[in-house]
Amino acid sequence: MTKYVTRFGSLASYEKGGVEIIDDDPKRYAFSNIFEVASRSKPYAKVAVGKNMQYVLEVIRAEGTSEWRAAAHDEFALVMDGEVEIRLLKLADPSGVRPNHEGSIRLSGEPAGRKMGRVRARRGHMTLLPAGAAYQFHADRPGVVLLQTIAGQDTQYRWSEICQTM
Amino acid sequence: MSVQTVSDVKATGPNEHGYRRFSLGELTFARDEYFVYIKWPTGRHVMSADGFLRALQRDVAWEFFYGIVNFDGVIGTVNHYGTVDLFAGRYNDAYRKAELDHLENFPTPLIKATFKAILEDWTNSTFDPFASPHETGTAFGPKAGDNRAAVTRRRVAAKRMVGVPEDEALRSDANGFPINRHFVDVPQDEPEVVVEPGFEGQVSAFNLFAYLSRSNVTWNPSVVSVCKDSLYCPTTEEYILPIIHGNDRVEWFVQLSDEIYWDVEDRDTGAVRAKVVMKPGDVAAMPADIRHQGYSPKRAMLLVWENASPDLPALIASGKAPTNPVNF
Ligand SMILES: [Fe+2]
Repeated sequence: MTKYVTRFGSLASYEKGGVEIIDDDPKRYAFSNIFEVASRSKPYAKVAVGKNMQYVLEVIRAEGTSEWRAAAHDEFALVMDGEVEIRLLKLADPSGVRPNHEGSIRLSGEPAGRKMGRVRARRGHMTLLPAGAAYQFHADRPGVVLLQTIAGQDTQYRWSEICQTM
Repeated sequence: MSVQTVSDVKATGPNEHGYRRFSLGELTFARDEYFVYIKWPTGRHVMSADGFLRALQRDVAWEFFYGIVNFDGVIGTVNHYGTVDLFAGRYNDAYRKAELDHLENFPTPLIKATFKAILEDWTNSTFDPFASPHETGTAFGPKAGDNRAAVTRRRVAAKRMVGVPEDEALRSDANGFPINRHFVDVPQDEPEVVVEPGFEGQVSAFNLFAYLSRSNVTWNPSVVSVCKDSLYCPTTEEYILPIIHGNDRVEWFVQLSDEIYWDVEDRDTGAVRAKVVMKPGDVAAMPADIRHQGYSPKRAMLLVWENASPDLPALIASGKAPTNPVNF
């Protein structure tokens, strides 16, 4: 019987595909690789690898403990490599997160509020970061998170560095 | 299906192979043991029955999807979200130049009812159009029963996220979703979730890769998480995407596992633009003016990321929004 092997990527081991152009501009495909981006990122930098109008996919290198952040809308953290603890907190004072604000905002220090719980997520695990809740990531060893969110003030755009250009 | 909808479908009795013939506007659809025959006032077209049914299954299940669903280089549909164009040769340069193309617009309920009726009548008990070719029996031969359970599968569409209370359920052996033969090595561990008193039901996480390893369909993007109009629509891919998808908006792919090869063509003419090879962790945009078809040698996990905003097609068609995802 055939033994099937499912291949995932990781910081330690990834191989990029690419665009083979016949008659087009490769930049139009904005081709990048999550693990390559994360391997060159500072811990917890939010680097866009996908953008569709205001919506973005951010690659986050999880390493050590992140700042606390919160958004007025749901966000979703998918662990692509490593093990990440996600801590959730109900803000005592949610007024800093305006109801219609898009994208997450940085909260200074350890915000006041009640602990909601925590998730220990490994590769393939998706965690809901609920609207209005503060969250913090922690990883003992470098890991990778893909975040489904809306572009915010801390979203970084480095397309020319991360994408195939020719 | 309501009685009203059924009565709008135009069909003959069974032919000598047992299959009914259908008509929609000026187009007719017939099948025999191997082939499907489509005719319109200025032309005709033959497709293999298995490929036709696989394409038809997606078009029906996806409510005509985003933009253009090409069954092949000739036949397809354009979704106008309320009405649907059914066309022959409209997005084929040679047909257009010869002025032999044909296009008719129908209210969505009418074309959907007709397509559903064709799918149900022409799918035999041996064939599951959503399954990979290795996991299903033959589509060919004279009419032999039906496979209503397969062709009327409910489409998964999370409102917030799979696994959240009151939302789409996780998959398990117990609820009829065994691990696919190509994914037996995918870890099935669930995240450890600790919920503090008073926050029950508000802390949610699940194993997306395990969930996908238990998908019993191929090439069927289904919503697992929703951030306003931003939809994660992962899907498991094996063999060939049965349609050529023509975008009316930018669409993004994130390769979660294994490898897929994409053919990219000009959306309107079919001229070849590019080939894309995607490996685990790769991210690529499909611009809003191309069409694409994927080839997956082993069952692969693909995250299709959509912006479902109803404003996008008009913005892009009018040039107010670019066909490119990003400029740099
Ligand atoms: Fe597509």
